Amino acid sequence: MREFKILGIVVFFTLVTYWGVEPFAHSQMHKHVEGHEFVYDGTADIEETVDAKKEMKKAYWADVAKIATLKGDATSGEAVYAMCMGCHMEGAVNMGGVTPPSLEHTGALYDKNYLIALIKDPAVAMNTDHKFADTMMHPMGSIKTMVTEPQQIADVVAYLLTKKAGEVTPKEAYAEACGRCHEMRYAKWTQLGKTPFFKEKKDELAHQIKVLDEQAAVKGYMGKLPPDLSMIIRARSEHFLETFVENPQSQLAGTSMPRVGLSKEGYEKVTAYLTMIGDPSKPAREAIGPWVILFFVVFAVLAYLWKKETWREVH
Amino acid sequence: MAKFEKAKSVHEWLDQRLAINTLQRVLSTEYWIPKDINFLWAMGLVLAVTFGLLLISGIFLLMYYKPDVATAFDSVNYTIMTEVGYGWLWRHIHGVAASVVFLIIYIHMFTGIYYGSYKKGREMIWISGMLLFVTFSAEAFSGYMLPWGQMSYWAGMVITNLFSGGSLEAYGLVEWIRGDYVPGDAFLTRFFMLHVFLLPLVIIGLIVFHFGTLRIPHVNNQEGEEIDFDEAAKLYKEGKKKESKVIPFNPVFLSKDVFVLGIYFVLFFYLVFFHFEFAMDPVNFDTADGLKTPPHIYPEWYFLWSYEILRPFSKDIGLIAFGIAQVALFFLPFIDRSPNVAPAHKRGLFKIWFWVFIVDMIILTILGKLPPQGIFNDLGLVAAIVFLLLGPALVVVTLKEKKL
Repeated sequence: MREFKILGIVVFFTLVTYWGVEPFAHSQMHKHVEGHEFVYDGTADIEETVDAKKEMKKAYWADVAKIATLKGDATSGEAVYAMCMGCHMEGAVNMGGVTPPSLEHTGALYDKNYLIALIKDPAVAMNTDHKFADTMMHPMGSIKTMVTEPQQIADVVAYLLTKKAGEVTPKEAYAEACGRCHEMRYAKWTQLGKTPFFKEKKDELAHQIKVLDEQAAVKGYMGKLPPDLSMIIRARSEHFLETFVENPQSQLAGTSMPRVGLSKEGYEKVTAYLTMIGDPSKPAREAIGPWVILFFVVFAVLAYLWKKETWREVH
Repeated sequence: MAKFEKAKSVHEWLDQRLAINTLQRVLSTEYWIPKDINFLWAMGLVLAVTFGLLLISGIFLLMYYKPDVATAFDSVNYTIMTEVGYGWLWRHIHGVAASVVFLIIYIHMFTGIYYGSYKKGREMIWISGMLLFVTFSAEAFSGYMLPWGQMSYWAGMVITNLFSGGSLEAYGLVEWIRGDYVPGDAFLTRFFMLHVFLLPLVIIGLIVFHFGTLRIPHVNNQEGEEIDFDEAAKLYKEGKKKESKVIPFNPVFLSKDVFVLGIYFVLFFYLVFFHFEFAMDPVNFDTADGLKTPPHIYPEWYFLWSYEILRPFSKDIGLIAFGIAQVALFFLPFIDRSPNVAPAHKRGLFKIWFWVFIVDMIILTILGKLPPQGIFNDLGLVAAIVFLLLGPALVVVTLKEKKL
């Protein structure tokens, strides 16, 4: 019984120390950011805005909510969508800093409210309007003059949500939502997509120059080259990634990283890919772990029987 | 040359040449351990086995690790974690064992302090153990540099900066240690050498020395009783095993150790597979960047108590306090003036001293990771001063202690 008492004391002090240096320390080191379950209604944006823009944002998000209640017509939306295809097309080239994304899986990746907000005013929806104050227009800013009627917005969003919502793989989700700015060297991914295999050294070098040019453009637009995301799944906590993707400003005030507006399902696809690349041993760990532990449980039981047998004659 | 008879078996052949029977007797079947012990006495074997795990997993990692600032991070996080079969398992075992080994070291040390196992005749056991602790610390620190992540770089920056000696401003010394103005390639390669060659060699030597220091004073027991080992061993060999106060290392002591080891492994592999984050800080999964200081720089948990003795003071006083904290425990056998070898609960005031010491170490550890602001800073100052006062307090407490 004495041994159990000693064990209790050892375990108690170990757990107190663990609690102090892990959960408690981390709760003190990082500011608390509330998650919003990937609902985009502008609550956080309005809260964090302290200047004159507060009223503008209130009105803006109220409009978004109003448009969301309109019934969109996908067929009329298709006609509006024709305007988008000028930039959002196969083989699109860098425009004003980044390459316009493919919209092939928009409906499967992004949130409806966010898409409405984005068409209304891209910079405000992305919560990067601080970057475009007066001096510079958002690369997609022209949409504000092209699609103006609430019903038009509702229609094109209805089109995207029904006709551009095919099954999306984790890799495609990453490519469309993150991959135009973020390199991922462990997946041989650059801002220009997956690096192909080159037979000739000079072709490889030529491709590298294209990548460098693209990176220079992204850097010029963002202020710095966005980080490589190969290991990001292990470098940040789950909660950080979730709240950061939902609203980058909440974790890193002033960042030029835009809100991308992923829905919960879209976010899960993206993190599935980040996990495949950054933490590929996860399935193996989960498969082997229980067996190794079971092995040592059996080991401990056998050892206990040996101990009992051995100590019988000395006690 | 000795005369050799023709041997009848391989065993006999070896015994003629290597005296394996005598070796086995002296090192194992007639190496006597007190019977009155608890599971804390198994921590020695647990430590030896954990060191074995570190050595084996380390050898596997060494096959693929590249000590170069351009490739180190990727060789760990990509090559070992993705391309090498079970590379992730070796890395997780290595990372978790490096953290857990310090937990066991601390339990082992506090056990020694609680039961007075450093006293009268056992001083060298304590001192050799402390040498092991210091070498393990250096081994842990140098190993932490190798993945070349953000925390490797910045911890390396902070710790090597300590050598500038505060107001002495000995930056030449810091540069000499780094081989550069800031941590770079020369820094990484020399810490690589220390981690995979020189320090493990010293540790192995010190482990043998630590075992050696046990031979003459023998292992202590739960009551601190002075046992006549020769007489007790004689009783045991005569078959009076129940009356004898000792047991042989093999198989009696070992059978209990192996059972404790079994329980330990269940916990250890649970951590390896399902709960390794505590030993592998997320910050270190960002590549080292000399232009981007992380908002919080802290050492691994086992260094936090001494880090917190450095932090709450002004620069020079902090360094002096830190220096004292590093060497103070070496002198424990000489600061403790009590004539008694007994567990703390029988030693009056010393019992209180012991628990204050434990609680203060834990408070320092927790505060060492918290941001040094506001109340945490004040608490840290108090805890650090308490730690420094515990030394003189021990002298007073133990001088007043009556002979049991």
